Amino acid sequence: MELAAFYGFSGLAIISALFILFSRNLIYAAFALFLAFLGVAALYVLAGADFLAVTQIMVYVGGILVLLIFGIMLTQKADKSAASTAPNRVIVSIKRQFWGFLVGTSLFVFLSYIIATSNFKMTGETNISRSTLKTIGVELMTSHLLPFEIAAILLLVALIGAAYLALNRNPAS
Amino acid sequence: MTIIPVEHYLIVAAALFCIGLAIAITKQHLIGILLGIELMLNAVNINLIAFSRHDPEKIGGQLFALFVIVVAAAEVTVALAIILRVYGHFRTVEPDRVDELKK
Repeated sequence: MELAAFYGFSGLAIISALFILFSRNLIYAAFALFLAFLGVAALYVLAGADFLAVTQIMVYVGGILVLLIFGIMLTQKADKSAASTAPNRVIVSIKRQFWGFLVGTSLFVFLSYIIATSNFKMTGETNISRSTLKTIGVELMTSHLLPFEIAAILLLVALIGAAYLALNRNPAS
Repeated sequence: MTIIPVEHYLIVAAALFCIGLAIAITKQHLIGILLGIELMLNAVNINLIAFSRHDPEKIGGQLFALFVIVVAAAEVTVALAIILRVYGHFRTVEPDRVDELKK
């Protein structure tokens, strides 16, 4: 039962990732990324990370994906007149796709060879029936307090930096 | 209750990482490259969480994945701001045609 759910959700994630790879329309690609994020969140649940799954759905689907779709829509207006002045566009595209597929498949073969030949010896029991919420809260406030505070400062810096960068400095345009 | 072996998680994560890498190389749109990078970060998180199952007392992998999510959120906001500036400056989001710092 769990194995079937695992294969179903990982198939969902991989198929939507492949759809992103092959789709020409970026809006469709963003919605396929939504499905891939949901599949990954389900894999988190199956691995016993309930808090991380909820965080994944809230941060990625609720925040990052909406931001990406906004970005796609704000930059979508393609300049049709410039296409005729770029004669070598198609050649560059095919070269890029060739290298993309070559690097992706060879890295996948390499990684799966490593995973298949490695022999993992796991110590400790796999207790995944308990909620991880309390452990995460206690660990964040005791032994991981410094990274927690640095993450807060990083988010503040990213907020101010993004707002400053996206500021329209030219009121005429 | 069956325990899913950790190798299955690793294979799925490796497939997602390689597809994300191929997306980041192939796409001709700066936001398409960002989509690939987000997919790669998710694939790495799957690895961390799969190994974190075997450490239920101090779940270091899940905490690390949490910080990866925070850094990904910060990265995507700054990257989108830069992409919007580039689009306002060059009127294009094709990475091959943005080859100068100033125009």
